[in-house]
Amino acid sequence: MSFEPRIVGFLCNWCSYAGADLAGVSRLKCAPNVHIIRTMCSGAVEPEFVVKALQHGADGVLILGCHIGDCHYQYGNHRAKKRVAILRRLLSYLGIDPRRVKLEWVCASCADDFVDVVNKLTADIKELGPLHGGGKDR
Amino acid sequence: MEEVKIGVYVCHCGTNIAGTVDVEEVAKFAATLPNVIVSRHYGYMCSDPGQDLIKNDIKELGINRVVVASCSPRLHEKTFQGVLRGAALNPYLFQMANIREHCSWLHEPGPELTEKAKRMVRAAVNRVSHHEPLEIRAVPIFPASLVVGGGIAGMQAALEIANANQIVYLVEREPSIGGHMAQFDKTFPTLDCAACILTPRMTEVAHHPFIRILTYSEVVEISGYVGNFRVKIRRKPRYVDEEKCIGCGICQEKCPWKALSEFDVGMRKRKAIYTPFPQAVPNIPVIDTEHCAYFLKRTCRACEKFCDAKAINFEQKELIFELDVGNIIIATGFDTFDASKITQYGYARYPNVFTSLEFERLCSPSGPTEGHIILADGRQPDSVAIIHCVGSRDKNYHEYCSRVCCMHALKHAQLLKEKTNADVYQMYIDMRCFGKGYEEFYERIQKENINFIRGKVAKVTDQAVSEEEKGKLIVLVEDTLLGRMLRVPVDMVILCVALEPRKDAGEVARLFHLGRSADGFFLERHPKLDPVATMSEGIFIVGCCQGPKDIPDTVAQASAAAARALAMIVRGKMEVPAITAFIDETKCSGCKICNRLCPYSAIFFDDSTKVSRINQVLCQGCGACAAACPSGAITHNYFTADEIMAEIEGVLA
Repeated sequence: MSFEPRIVGFLCNWCSYAGADLAGVSRLKCAPNVHIIRTMCSGAVEPEFVVKALQHGADGVLILGCHIGDCHYQYGNHRAKKRVAILRRLLSYLGIDPRRVKLEWVCASCADDFVDVVNKLTADIKELGPLHGGGKDR
Repeated sequence: MEEVKIGVYVCHCGTNIAGTVDVEEVAKFAATLPNVIVSRHYGYMCSDPGQDLIKNDIKELGINRVVVASCSPRLHEKTFQGVLRGAALNPYLFQMANIREHCSWLHEPGPELTEKAKRMVRAAVNRVSHHEPLEIRAVPIFPASLVVGGGIAGMQAALEIANANQIVYLVEREPSIGGHMAQFDKTFPTLDCAACILTPRMTEVAHHPFIRILTYSEVVEISGYVGNFRVKIRRKPRYVDEEKCIGCGICQEKCPWKALSEFDVGMRKRKAIYTPFPQAVPNIPVIDTEHCAYFLKRTCRACEKFCDAKAINFEQKELIFELDVGNIIIATGFDTFDASKITQYGYARYPNVFTSLEFERLCSPSGPTEGHIILADGRQPDSVAIIHCVGSRDKNYHEYCSRVCCMHALKHAQLLKEKTNADVYQMYIDMRCFGKGYEEFYERIQKENINFIRGKVAKVTDQAVSEEEKGKLIVLVEDTLLGRMLRVPVDMVILCVALEPRKDAGEVARLFHLGRSADGFFLERHPKLDPVATMSEGIFIVGCCQGPKDIPDTVAQASAAAARALAMIVRGKMEVPAITAFIDETKCSGCKICNRLCPYSAIFFDDSTKVSRINQVLCQGCGACAAACPSGAITHNYFTADEIMAEIEGVLA
């Protein structure tokens, strides 16, 4: 059986969650591997959430927020950007390929982008292999 | 702590979910999860019978947590929370699993859809066990409102609120209310005189028992939150006692010192003691200290000598005072584009190149020429070019359309025909006449022997190459319909300058916590469904500070904002959303990291206890502070770390 990665997606309530809703409403189809968890803002995604997901069996984590300048809370996405950058470096020290954690901007009308991001990340992580045993991480 | 009893309800949504997800199996699976007392599936959970299922189970089975697996919480979270509320259960003891938008609709059909739905339900069940009742509080509000900006937008908003017998403070930084509209001659498309429709409004505002006009004043500080704003106002000294001045005007007559008139866009001079225009409200002059001989050299005092009312007071000081208001309406208007930035159009180099606003003053009977359209040398123009889109629809300056220029250009053409019978050339990119009666006006003007040249003007020059061009301004333009370059010699050029954000829009945005869109105008909460509200609760934007617009749209927006403010005033109190963050004082180390992080300045440091606290009314619930707190002292209600962690475990188990 082929490897089906499990990915946890943290989507901000205002842009990205709405963008994912729109993808569904528009009946666009994407890989079923991302499990979406709603957060109020990408800036509210604690690094611990990401670590927890990776620890509990996720092969990848996706964080989606509003485009820079469009944050519902003015600049929460700036914080997300900074935090994820640091987190990715820390993960690579731990031997986890930082490509497993992805931060992207998906707006409320960006249904196509949402589908593309999900498919791309799913394909990338399939390429990387499972995080827990047999993966290509160092 | 009471025992957690969860009810799970899986919705078929007709075949929208049940078509690809085995809802019965999902419901059966849910029944096996810890703390789940009852698990059902039903055709349409949002329907009355669906809602009754939940209500009955709360009453009869005593369930105290509810999970609905159906559509997006953005669609029906409020609906189901209402069901809980109706059954006397706290609405936050609820979680939705979005198995429609994010599952049955989003993936190719297959057995993994049912598996995914199960995981989503498990995550929701895991999470909801951690939910706590959250308090929905109501706080009283101040009934008074503040309107910032005394143009037509601000006046309209103030009148609407005041007509409901509610107090309005109207703050205007200029010496008089009236705004840009007071500078206009005629208004399109009806060509009624701007002053004739505006001045009665100004008087109405001035005499309204519920409006307090604060001219020559500015907002310097604002604190508090929706319903409970405290606003600090700085009232600049007029050096004229408002109580004593009777507005006779003798001071202006006698004052020997002059300066360029702002109201007449520098086209004539006013005195150092002045009212901006004859119909000014209030009709009380101010002394311009930069041009008054007393303030410059401590001499003169002519105004004081001649004032019978003894109203001149050179010792007047600025006044700072505070107002308590519940709502704020921002109507700060626009600036016009500085046409000298486009050097090839020759503005400020050739005396007969005017901006549209200058031309308004030229047409106005109360303007510098008493309504005579004349050139710098006093002649009447025989030919006039009106150049559209100066600074608008131009990648070098503003990409947006200023919306009013096509129409005022047509109006100018009409006035030129009426008053001078000159040849008029409209040089336009596209004619945009979108409003009520606008297209008809355009049709009418087209019949008046006016030349329409479709093309963006390259240059305005005085370099004549033929006899007929001598002494004229030559407009170089490509007629894109003929595909030919033209040289059009004219006596006068009118530049339809863009409407742009006020120079200090950035400071105003910071003061009131407003967002700005890419074009620099203030950002509305939603471009279609919430066009007058902003991301700051209780602060509304109307008129051109939100984007270029004509007078009818401005007035409509102003009334809309007034209605929003009145809605809150009538309620008298407001509900504070429960999704906020709070700080556990026993865990807070007082590091203050969160204080600077908060976009709403809702977090403050309590010096007496040396810990940070969050103002529950200011907090908008973004969660940035909770994510950053190194001590884990901050809880983000409804999105607590425990809840999210449980959800993560649920989807991955």
